[in-house]
Order: sequence, then C-alpha cells, then structure tokens
Amino acid sequence: MQSKIPFGRRLIKDIKRFGGAYIMVIPVVVFYILFHYKPLLGAVIAFKNYQPRKGIWGSSWVGFKHFESFFNSYYFGRLIRNTLTISLSGLIFTFPCAIIFALLINEVKSRAFKRTVQTISYMPHFISLVVVCSMITLFVSSDGFIVQIMQFFGSGVNQSLLNMNSAFVPIYVLSDIWQQTGWNCIIYLAALAAIDTELYEAARIDGANRWQQTIHVTLPGIAQTVTLLLILRVGSLMSVGHEKIILLYNDYTMETADVISSYVYRRGLIKGDYSFSAAVGLFNSAINFALVILANRISNKVNGYGIW
Amino acid sequence: MSQSESTVKKSTLRQEGRGYQVFTVFNTIFLIIATFVTLYPMYYVVVASISDADELARNFGLLLYPLGKWNVFAYELVFRNKLVVSGFMNTFFVLFVGLAFNMTFTCLGAYFLSLKGSILVRPLSLLILFTMYFSGGIVPVYMNIRELGLMDSLWSLIIPGAISTYNMLIMRSAFAAVPDALYEAAYLDGAPHYKILTQVYVPLTGATLAVMVLYYGVGHWNAWFNASLYISNTKKYPLQLVLRQILLLNQNQDLNASVTDLGELAKYTDLVKYALIVVSCAPILLLYPFLQKFFAKGVMVGALKG
Repeated sequence: MQSKIPFGRRLIKDIKRFGGAYIMVIPVVVFYILFHYKPLLGAVIAFKNYQPRKGIWGSSWVGFKHFESFFNSYYFGRLIRNTLTISLSGLIFTFPCAIIFALLINEVKSRAFKRTVQTISYMPHFISLVVVCSMITLFVSSDGFIVQIMQFFGSGVNQSLLNMNSAFVPIYVLSDIWQQTGWNCIIYLAALAAIDTELYEAARIDGANRWQQTIHVTLPGIAQTVTLLLILRVGSLMSVGHEKIILLYNDYTMETADVISSYVYRRGLIKGDYSFSAAVGLFNSAINFALVILANRISNKVNGYGIW
Repeated sequence: MSQSESTVKKSTLRQEGRGYQVFTVFNTIFLIIATFVTLYPMYYVVVASISDADELARNFGLLLYPLGKWNVFAYELVFRNKLVVSGFMNTFFVLFVGLAFNMTFTCLGAYFLSLKGSILVRPLSLLILFTMYFSGGIVPVYMNIRELGLMDSLWSLIIPGAISTYNMLIMRSAFAAVPDALYEAAYLDGAPHYKILTQVYVPLTGATLAVMVLYYGVGHWNAWFNASLYISNTKKYPLQLVLRQILLLNQNQDLNASVTDLGELAKYTDLVKYALIVVSCAPILLLYPFLQKFFAKGVMVGALKG
C-alpha cells in the first residue's frame, strides 16, 4: 500500500478523522513507554558498571564484560542444563497429558459425567502458586503423607523430598501436570468438538472400527492445534518461569533447581548485582526472542500461518 | 432429523466391537481415578484443617476423614492474625482498583487497535507486540519502579500491570468482530469515539469483557512476586505474600504471640497452615460455580487470537 501523499499529510488527515480515538490511546501509549520501553532502555546497564550514585547514564561502559564473565562462570553450564531439563520435561510429560486426557474425555458418552470430570480437572488451575507450593512443601516434608506412603512401600527417605536434588524436577513436573492438565485440555476438546461428524459417519460406512476412526479422523482433526501449541512451546524452551522455582528451591537443591530466571532474581534483586544480572537476563531475553522468531517461521511453514 | 440421527448413533453403538466396550469400562475407571487424584490434595487440606492437632500429628499416610474431634480452632488462630486480615484488605484493594485500571486501559488500547483505516494502527500494533516477545528482564523493570517512586506502595501492584498485552489483543479481536456497519452508523451520526466505545463496542462484547475480568481478577488474587520485590512494609503485604511468609518461610509472629507454650506452638503450626490455605482459596472456589461457564469461552477467545 504505497501512497504518494507524504506521511505527514496522511497523518493530519488521519488525526482529523480519528481525533477522539487518538486522545483515548494516549494513556495506553504512555503506559507502554513508561513500563515497557523505558525499562528496555534501562537494560543498557548490562553493558555498564552500574553504580547507584552515578545513575544509569552516568555509570561507565564496560562493553561485554558481564556477558563474558557469565559465559566463563561455573553457573553458565548448570543454568542452561537445568533450564533445558525442566522445559524439556514439561514438553515430554506435561504437554502430551492434556492431549491424552482430552481424547479420553471425548470418548465419554454421559454428559453429566463428562462435565463433572472437566469441572474438577480445571479447579487446580485457579489455585495460586504460593498455595500449590505450600501444599507440595507440606505433603513431601519428612512427615508429609507422600513421604509416609513412600516409606510404607519400603523407601528409605526420611527427609523432605524438596531437599533432594534428584526429586526436584519430578516434583516440579508432576505438580504442573496436576495443576494444568485439565485447563490445557479445554482447547483440544474444542478442536475435537469441531470435527465434522460426517467424517465419522463416512469412516464407519467404510468399515472403520473405533480405533481406526481415532487414528484416521480424530487425530488428524486435532493435528493442527497440537502442532501450533507444540511450536509455541519450542518458542519458550529457554524460559522457565522464576516464580515456582523460587517458591520451591532451597540451598540443598541449587544443583538441579536453579534456572536462568531464578539466578537473575537471586544475583540481581537479592544480592544487588544489577549490571551482571541484567546482562544474564538480556542474554536470556535475546535467546527467547530468537526462539520465538524461529517458532514463527516453523509455524508459517507447517501450518501456513504464523503465531502473530 | 435429530431423531433419525440418534437412532443411527444408537444402532452403531450396538455394533461397536467388544474391544471398545472394554475400553469404555477402563476409560471410565481411569477418569474416576484421575478425578479423585485431582481432588484429593484439596480434600486433604480441608480435612486436616478441622482435625484434632494431636491426632493429625500422629497420623501416618492418607487422611480420609477429620481426625479426632472436629474443631475450627485453627481458623480462629488464622483470623486472630492481623497480617492475614490486612492481607485480605490489601488484596481486595488491589483487586478492585486494579480491575478498574485494567478494564479501562485494555478497552482504550483495544479500541484504537481495532480501528479500520487509521494509518497508525499497524505501527502501534507492532510496537506493542514487540514488548510481548522481548523484555529487558526483571532487573531493569525493578529499577524502573524504584525510579518512578512506586516502591512500598500498593500502586506498584496496580499501574505497571494495567495492561496485559495478551488480554488486550484478545479484546481487540472481540472489538474487530463487531460489524463495521454499527461503527459507521454511529460515526456518521456524529458520535464521538469514546461514545462509540462505551455505547456500541462495550455492550456488544460482554462475554469477552467478563472473561477479561476473570483473567485479570484471578491474576490479582494470586499475585505475589511483584509485591515481594516492591513492598517491604508487612502491613501493606497482599494476601499471597502473607501466605508465603507463614506457609513457606515459617514466619508467623502473631501465632507465636497468641500461643505461648512451645509444645503447643509446634502442634498448631501445620494446622494453621491448612486452615490458612482453605481461607485463602475460599473466595475463588466459592465463585467457581458462577464463573465456570466462562472458562471454556475464556480459553477459546485466547486461542482464536491468532
């Protein structure tokens, strides 16, 4: 849509036509400048040696020093490994659960039973993370019922599972499955409901049994939804949210629990090492951004449309 | 038509193989078990909170019913805690004022982005979309809040989160789905834009607006992280941060003050935790049946954004 009229004149015409709307959008623009673009600019401290009394712009430049020292530090490998382990575990275990759950619910004939199962299944989604993590802490403590059941079956555990490096990822993933499966399956159920019933009729007339109908009608019917959500997951492969990690980890489990975002939080906001942790955060943001772009490309190729 | 369809279904049902019948039985059993597993942790918390403290401490393994004499002593202790009460007040403040900001800002932004024909829509959308995928990270965000003088104020939990870009895009789609003819008619009648928004768009997108209130509302109710960064005065702590203090960091000054005997204290620590969990979840779970019809719709509006 190339136009020969200069932009300035078009803008004036536009303002005349949408004047009221321009005024209405001002608070929104101010919001984005103040709370999104200003901190984005503030991220330059990653390339500086930030000193509070000199301020962001008065502090001296140090180039990529902080990035280099992060790449060379002991933490670098560990953080990447833990971040990938947790997000890949989510991809392998949490992600398929919702699909399977939706397929099983879809086979239920009784409406009342279906609704009951669904209603209960997405209840945990609305419980706050603080409460979920508190429940985990209580249940897996040395006298919590989960540890007691393990002891009953002959396990020698006599401490909180949250103090064990090997248990952190399973706890994280299993609690995610408990909390999110019901909610995540709604979208698949909608996709399943949208499948044309005539396709099933046709398959039946062709002599397909239930199992063959699932393979040849149901699965292709939700394939597009699955691919799209899978690609979105790839886009966030290097970002594991800090909130749940911070609520669950402790000094004993740093080896497996500490991820990039929790490290940035601890190093930056607890210890006050602003420049260094801003550099780590920026590094993480850049990778995430690249992954999203990549995911969008893949989506365009596979589905014919992008994420945005 | 529908009758013949249902007879077709019935007859094919009878034709289903034996394998499918076996599957149906196992599927039903599996789903019942899955439902119980989902419910049990919540059930455990409720039952434990009204159990007798001594019996609860002696119990080994699962809990099926309240142990000993039912009592609500733990709940008394919870409400005797001033921090819990102030936490509720602070959260209610952030919830209601926050929602007013959320809805106003979100609708204003969504309205502009849904305009057809304005040359600024596309550049503005791109600038807004960019913030969804690239951020400076939590450190610069934290420093920004400090620079703006929002530290230790409940406004730090309201204003910086006034717009969730994702929600605004959902709202934009809803506005864009309103027939153009209605916009044109109002515009030609000389209605100013704010009136088109409030009297044409808002009444026509009630269901999506309700979903937005639900999303933002649950977000406010459950938020704790920003408060842990920005708020240091415990009297200004929102509920979730109070919960974190008591449930995860084991700091419960008021309980320490009201129960003096150290043995007694240890006895009630866990009981109070269970009661507190119930109290904090009660408002959302009480609203749950009423909100339920919006859930499926909520996920769908999110999905259709694309």
